[in-house]
Amino acid sequence: MKLREVQEILNADIIVGQEKLDMEVKTAFGADLMSDVLAFAKAGSLLLTGLTNTQVIRIANVLDIAAIILVRGKKVPAETLSLAKDLQIPILTTKYILFETAGRLYAKGIVGCLEKVESGSART
Amino acid sequence: MAVHAPENILHQHSFDIEGGNFTNAGTVSTRIKSILKQIGLPDNVVRKSAIVCYESEINIVSYARKGVINLIVTPKTVEIEAIDEGPGIPNIELAMQQGYSTANQHIREMGFGAGMGLHNIKCFSDKFDISSEVDKGTFLKMIINTP
Repeated sequence: MKLREVQEILNADIIVGQEKLDMEVKTAFGADLMSDVLAFAKAGSLLLTGLTNTQVIRIANVLDIAAIILVRGKKVPAETLSLAKDLQIPILTTKYILFETAGRLYAKGIVGCLEKVESGSART
Repeated sequence: MAVHAPENILHQHSFDIEGGNFTNAGTVSTRIKSILKQIGLPDNVVRKSAIVCYESEINIVSYARKGVINLIVTPKTVEIEAIDEGPGIPNIELAMQQGYSTANQHIREMGFGAGMGLHNIKCFSDKFDISSEVDKGTFLKMIINTP
């Protein structure tokens, strides 16, 4: 689906990346643990998180994340906003909690960027 | 730094990293990513290089006094070395295990310290070497093949 539909489903505000609302997204990963985001999130996925520090943007850049969805009505700190603009990473904010955000997107066809984590699974 | 004949080096750059400076953490990875993209390497090579670089950078910022990241691009590989002056790792085998971490509260509040870093670095590298000396520092070398 288009990022625009993600925005509608989540009743989200688009804070950065207005021009990227026509981008297609199919998968997502959700976590507040950045170590796990680095380990498991895949390129082109949405990143659902409640963390708002600048490292979230750095990680999104490193992983080629399509867009960041900040959940639980988080406010975006100025330095995070500025870095997201510099690196051209879209940020949407929604009032829904992580569980609701994931559920609402899943119900409309977005799936996990991986289904489950097998022990010892090497990944790229 | 690794020894290569000059004609086999497409790009070479060293970046200094300051321990404890979380504001700048990740900037080297962002730069390396953009350098590799400019060189025209495939997306997955760029991403793997950026991930191992980022994890190394976060480790240096989190634990060491200071460090340096060396990037060497050859026609067949991206090599990244992360060398720090810091506490070192007493038990490398333990540190490599998923879930083992010595991170403090501050590092954890930022979303790190889940004990995935070195494991991730190994997973994303085609070749990975680590050595460390307690109270001196740690040396990591990651090689990513560019098919």
